[in-house]
Amino acid sequence: MKNSTAIEFRQVNKWFGKLHVLRDFSLKIDPGEVVVVCGPSGSGKSTLIRCVNRLEPIQSGEIIVLGESITQPGVNLSSLRARVGIVFQSFNLFPHMTALENIMLAPVKVRGLTRDEAEKTARALLERVGIPEKANNYPANLSGGQQQRVAIARALAMQPAIMLFDEPTSALDPEMINEVLDVMTDLAKEGMTMIVITHEMGFAKRVARRIVFMDEGQVIEEGGPDSFFDAPKFDRTRQFLSKILSH
Amino acid sequence: MRGRWRGVKYDFDWSVLWSGESGGWLLQGILTTLEISALAWLLAVALGILSGAMRTVPFAPLRAIATFYVEFFRNVPILVWMFFWYFGVPPLLPHAIRDWLFNHGAEFWAGMFALGVYHGARMSEVIRSGIQSIPKTQFEASMAMGLTVWQAYWLVIVPVALRLIVPPATNESLNLLKNSSVALTISVAELTFQTRQIETYTAKAIEALTAGTLIYLVLCVSIAIIMARIERRFAIPGLIARVGAG
Ligand SMILES: Nc1ncnc2c1ncn2[C@@H]1O[C@H](COP(=O)(O)OP(=O)(O)OP(=O)(O)O)[C@@H](O)[C@H]1O
Ligand SMILES: [Mg+2]
Repeated sequence: MKNSTAIEFRQVNKWFGKLHVLRDFSLKIDPGEVVVVCGPSGSGKSTLIRCVNRLEPIQSGEIIVLGESITQPGVNLSSLRARVGIVFQSFNLFPHMTALENIMLAPVKVRGLTRDEAEKTARALLERVGIPEKANNYPANLSGGQQQRVAIARALAMQPAIMLFDEPTSALDPEMINEVLDVMTDLAKEGMTMIVITHEMGFAKRVARRIVFMDEGQVIEEGGPDSFFDAPKFDRTRQFLSKILSH
Repeated sequence: MRGRWRGVKYDFDWSVLWSGESGGWLLQGILTTLEISALAWLLAVALGILSGAMRTVPFAPLRAIATFYVEFFRNVPILVWMFFWYFGVPPLLPHAIRDWLFNHGAEFWAGMFALGVYHGARMSEVIRSGIQSIPKTQFEASMAMGLTVWQAYWLVIVPVALRLIVPPATNESLNLLKNSSVALTISVAELTFQTRQIETYTAKAIEALTAGTLIYLVLCVSIAIIMARIERRFAIPGLIARVGAG
């Protein structure tokens, strides 16, 4: 089965109690596409990507991931989550495990690899994110940038087809932001399908195929980086861009 | 005060603690106290982890069961639980089991269960507070990588929580050891029971009680030292300072 679409949101509605967070949200993402999502605080960006691996349920509409509807009952969550990696703003490494153990955990417990196989993959991934020498460090003994790179390696260890990033650099000191963005850029070049929530517009210009600006749970404007930054169609987009670009 | 005591003379005779059968009784008492406490502690820790974790899971029926257990067992005095398990439960059991029990120290097992379930309920609260001090994002990260709820608890949440709660768990463990003395009311021949026996046979109350007091003190301090070592041995890098300060 060949998927012409990696992720598709069809008329998705999501409420938190009375709060309508996603409103008839529709969007299609192709395999290998990198989509940057931006928008004001509270506009529903995190909620949107958390719905993709069912960390949040939706109330109506449909989300199709790699050809399979994931909002039907009876979806195999473990296998869905193995194919969709997510990286959080706050790293969320497990504090009682070393970098290596953090990366090995899911491959051993979910994919059923032997510890040897998992360790080999984990070391290769640490190499790929540029910190092979930190294998035995606990998260507390890593810088923020290093922790985030371990978190990316941990997600990649499941060999996902899609990677979701929720403001991966906004908890980092400025001098560490690039080391994380570089890893993500490489990943994009290798053809990973990615949704990246970020306000790093330099990264968006260089790496994104498409930029989606959302507000109040809806897509306000979307387009390729050139048209999006140089000729935004809507006032709301312009206001938002002037705010974040002036920083 | 002095006047009232003037002329009262008490002959200390510490040899009552080791002459005759006293030494053997004390030793037996220490062993029984340690034995009943250790088994009850294992039961309490197992029940505490299970129910403490259950009280935090995203599944209401499990939370309700665990809440019922905790509130029911910790709100009844330990003495009542001792009587309950010793006088109340055996008649409900099949004949064969009851006979076996009464031939194999029923009072010990009843006391052990009472201590275990009572302190399990209290331990549960300690463990629950440990789990709730862990950011929710840790659970989410576990789910996001495909772990089941059970795996997330077993591999991430509980191991971290246990490391955070060593100090209050130590406190609870010492309470358990001290409460094992209540088992004398159902004739478990533990330490307090034996010191009272020495007192009865020798009429030397101060000596016997002093011995009992000191032994409890030594046992408790030893446990506190062992727990402090465990705390240091398993401390999570980066969390040491926080736990140490707390
Ligand atoms: N678990 C929850 N329960 C109730 N309300 C929630 C929950 N999670 C998010 N919300 C609310 O939903 C709205 C959208 O939140 P979301 O986190 O998706 O926004 P966001 O665009 O990611 O914002 P930010 O840029 O601040 O991260 C917000 O108003 C938020 O307060
Ligand atoms: Mg967010």
